[in-house]
Amino acid sequence: MNSLASKSLVSINDFSPDEIERILDMASRFEQSPPGKILDSKVIAALFFEPSTRTRLSFESAVNRLGGRIIGFAEAGTSSVSKGESLKDTVLTVSNYSDLIVMRHSIEGSARYASEISPVPVINAGDGSNQHPTQTLLDLYSIQKTQGTLDGLNIFMVGDLKYGRTVHSLLMALSNYNTTFNFISPTELRMPEEYKLFLEKKGIKYYEHDDFTEIISRADIVYMTRVQRERFSDPLEYEKVKNIYVLRKEMLANTKENLKILHPLPRVNEIDRDVDDSPKAYYFEQALNGVYVRQAIISSILDVL
Amino acid sequence: MEKAKQLSVSAIKNGTVIDHIPADSLFTVITILGLEHISNQITFGTNLESKKFGKKAIIKVSEVYFTEEEINKIALVAPAARLNIIRNYEVVEKHELTLPDKIEGIARCFNPTCITNHEPIKTRFSIISQKPLRLKCHYCEKITDEEHLTII
Ligand SMILES: [Zn+2]
Repeated sequence: MNSLASKSLVSINDFSPDEIERILDMASRFEQSPPGKILDSKVIAALFFEPSTRTRLSFESAVNRLGGRIIGFAEAGTSSVSKGESLKDTVLTVSNYSDLIVMRHSIEGSARYASEISPVPVINAGDGSNQHPTQTLLDLYSIQKTQGTLDGLNIFMVGDLKYGRTVHSLLMALSNYNTTFNFISPTELRMPEEYKLFLEKKGIKYYEHDDFTEIISRADIVYMTRVQRERFSDPLEYEKVKNIYVLRKEMLANTKENLKILHPLPRVNEIDRDVDDSPKAYYFEQALNGVYVRQAIISSILDVL
Repeated sequence: MEKAKQLSVSAIKNGTVIDHIPADSLFTVITILGLEHISNQITFGTNLESKKFGKKAIIKVSEVYFTEEEINKIALVAPAARLNIIRNYEVVEKHELTLPDKIEGIARCFNPTCITNHEPIKTRFSIISQKPLRLKCHYCEKITDEEHLTII
């Protein structure tokens, strides 16, 4: 029995640790030997109410390589949404034409709502600042693939830990694997209390720092995020801290052999270009992993294997 | 003292008395229970002296008995409220309130970019902590605390 059949994926917590493991295993099999046109005759609707070229292309590549068809829109401006149609009407209409809906929307909770009204399953490709579970699964896949395990790793999260939804979802998912966390951020962008409380309740160790040059030698994974100017109430505060959260090549000198640098992309200047040549830079492969992981998710939900 | 209180809000023969409501939550409680829509006799008193609260309010509804689910909703705004069931002028049952694990359609999500503030959807929360009060939105997953709580 495939427990993921016809199930929506809105939040990373919708999948049990077992189900997550199955997705990661399947993605690994797909990477090693492409499964062929298993989505032949399937139609997937990609509703991008908010543009995100990167995520959309990753889904399109995943579906096309498996022989499925994609319909939909890349931004709300070219759809009936711009004529004032409600989300409910759009979702109900599109569900008539497709076997699965992938949606991205700037409003938090929109994907959960869509999954409740839609007769076909919904995959959340990002709902505002809330969840982006396929990103979390590809992050987990990248960690497992490069470290050989998810268990007992020392994970560094760097940058905007307050608003960064990717770090929040990854934290929740990794809390099942005996992780040690190091949070490195400016004071204004610290990890929110609710997530720290969550870790404390689960007995997971975490440490907070405002710089990471001294401690990076301990990391197995460094997960970088962008520190945005507009997140600061005081622009001077941004100027003071903006260079502290940039990863430079010389910082990798005494790091562990197995260290990998991850980043959800797009990057601006938080990772120096000269880091790209290091074998420890993994963010482009990480993006490629997204295709296998999305193939595994879609195939499981459509129950085609 | 007891006598004086009895006089300020007249007794009912059969029905429900909700006591120990903080005075400033009286109208919210009335709204939550939908009392403005029923035709039964209702008496209420507010700004009554209370050793515990300073100012408290009391509601007496004739011939109405609430379900547990209905009454627990008011625990959000009046957690210390007491419920007395009256039959033939006597208190026959007393209840304290317990906050339910989940609530629907009572509170508003404080997050302005939550779907429940953009489409006509009934709000849903799970109560993750009672003291301090913290409600987690089923849709946007953000947490509304006591300070940001608004009752619909
Ligand atoms: Zn909400």
